[in-house]
Amino acid sequence: MQHYHMNLTLKVWRQKNTQSKGSLETYQVKNISSEMSFLEMFDVLNEQLIVEGKEPIAFDHDCREGICGMCSMYINGQAHGPWQQNTTCQLHMRAFKDGDTIVVEPWRSKAFPVVKDLVVDRSSFDRIIQAGGYISVNTGNAVDANAIPIDKKDADHAFMAAACIGCGACVATCKNGSAMLFVGAKVSQLALLPQGEPERESRVLNMVAQMDKEGFGNCTNTYACEAECPKGISVANIARLNSEYIKAGLSNEEN
Amino acid sequence: MNWKHFFTSSIGRKFTMGLSGIFLILFLIVHAGINSCIFLNDHGETFNQVARFMSHNWIMRFLEIGLFATLVLHIIQGLTLWYLNKKARPVDYAFNQPSKNSKWYSRSMGILGTLLLLFIVMHLNHFYVGTKIALYGGDKPHNLYEEMQEVFSNQWVVVLYLVGVIALFWHLYHGFQSAFHTLGINHKKYTPIINCAGLTYAVIICILFALMPIAMFLHWLN
Repeated sequence: MQHYHMNLTLKVWRQKNTQSKGSLETYQVKNISSEMSFLEMFDVLNEQLIVEGKEPIAFDHDCREGICGMCSMYINGQAHGPWQQNTTCQLHMRAFKDGDTIVVEPWRSKAFPVVKDLVVDRSSFDRIIQAGGYISVNTGNAVDANAIPIDKKDADHAFMAAACIGCGACVATCKNGSAMLFVGAKVSQLALLPQGEPERESRVLNMVAQMDKEGFGNCTNTYACEAECPKGISVANIARLNSEYIKAGLSNEEN
Repeated sequence: MNWKHFFTSSIGRKFTMGLSGIFLILFLIVHAGINSCIFLNDHGETFNQVARFMSHNWIMRFLEIGLFATLVLHIIQGLTLWYLNKKARPVDYAFNQPSKNSKWYSRSMGILGTLLLLFIVMHLNHFYVGTKIALYGGDKPHNLYEEMQEVFSNQWVVVLYLVGVIALFWHLYHGFQSAFHTLGINHKKYTPIINCAGLTYAVIICILFALMPIAMFLHWLN
């Protein structure tokens, strides 16, 4: 594809802190290369703001390789922007044309309070993992990888669920602010494997209880999460979460 | 996990919505089937007989209570979920493009359901109330077929019924497959069959229901 340069109008959400009320601010950026990533374009804008003596825009980023799940922008009405199965850091400016206006907002969810500008606090995801998204193993030497035979099909499905990077795009894009794709993936990756078996029941019950406590919404099967997930996590994981929860919830004898 | 925890959890509520939805789906098959007797064009004789059987039969009366309870549960649970989901996003996006990732009707179950609730209130007022008054206090046997002819002689009522049927179609089209997904079924072999069955079901039920007021209004039936 032809390399080109563009001038853009950006409307970016600026918010001082969690308590304050934010608003969209308009900025102009010039001479942006089509080969830049979206975050590099933001770096250019921030340099410009610093030179002008203004507060640079706070945004989350880490690996910039599309694997860490840190970047989290809602670009032109879509989580991680217009490209499919793609994170914001891997969105490149060739997705836009000269003269475009781009609206950038933070993830919007009660469970993801805005820290500043485009940065949201996703520690609610960590607390869901702490509630059961692990397996308990005795310490000692690592067990040989192939000591327990696992069906290739199950291994593949577990691996596909484990591809979730926990970025929160599913919550951001869901009209209900539901975290069920994330929790579905985290429950599935362990429920499918023999190592996850001992805590299978308590895991799903505790993780869903924590998810509800954090204030996430309830899935209505619009499947927007799957469409926007940068890792293409399937909604089949939500169905598996439902069946795991219903089975565990109805058979569990504890009060 | 006790019953209260289960049924007030997010997935417990979804489970209730799905199960009650499937019960209502089954009810609509019976409802559309019985009402289709009017198409026999025997001046409602068969239809009135079946209707009389349904209202004079204790099993049916018992199921009727179950039906109302299910409907109320579906409505209350739906409104609760709608309220909780609104609360989950206190600040909305300034600019959003939901059409890029989901179908409008899948996002509109609440509004479609509200339209259906308004429709049901009107519908019960048209046909249910009169039948019950006749059953408990009427001096002559109630002729439901003639009541249908009378109600559907008004063009505005026919239009309202058609709007109700359209809302019903989209509600069923999403709801049918959504109910199975909520109950935990997502399968490479079965999900396409469920989707196809849901569409077929919604089309047939809604065409039958739409034809009833149209046929009466246009005097296709005698």
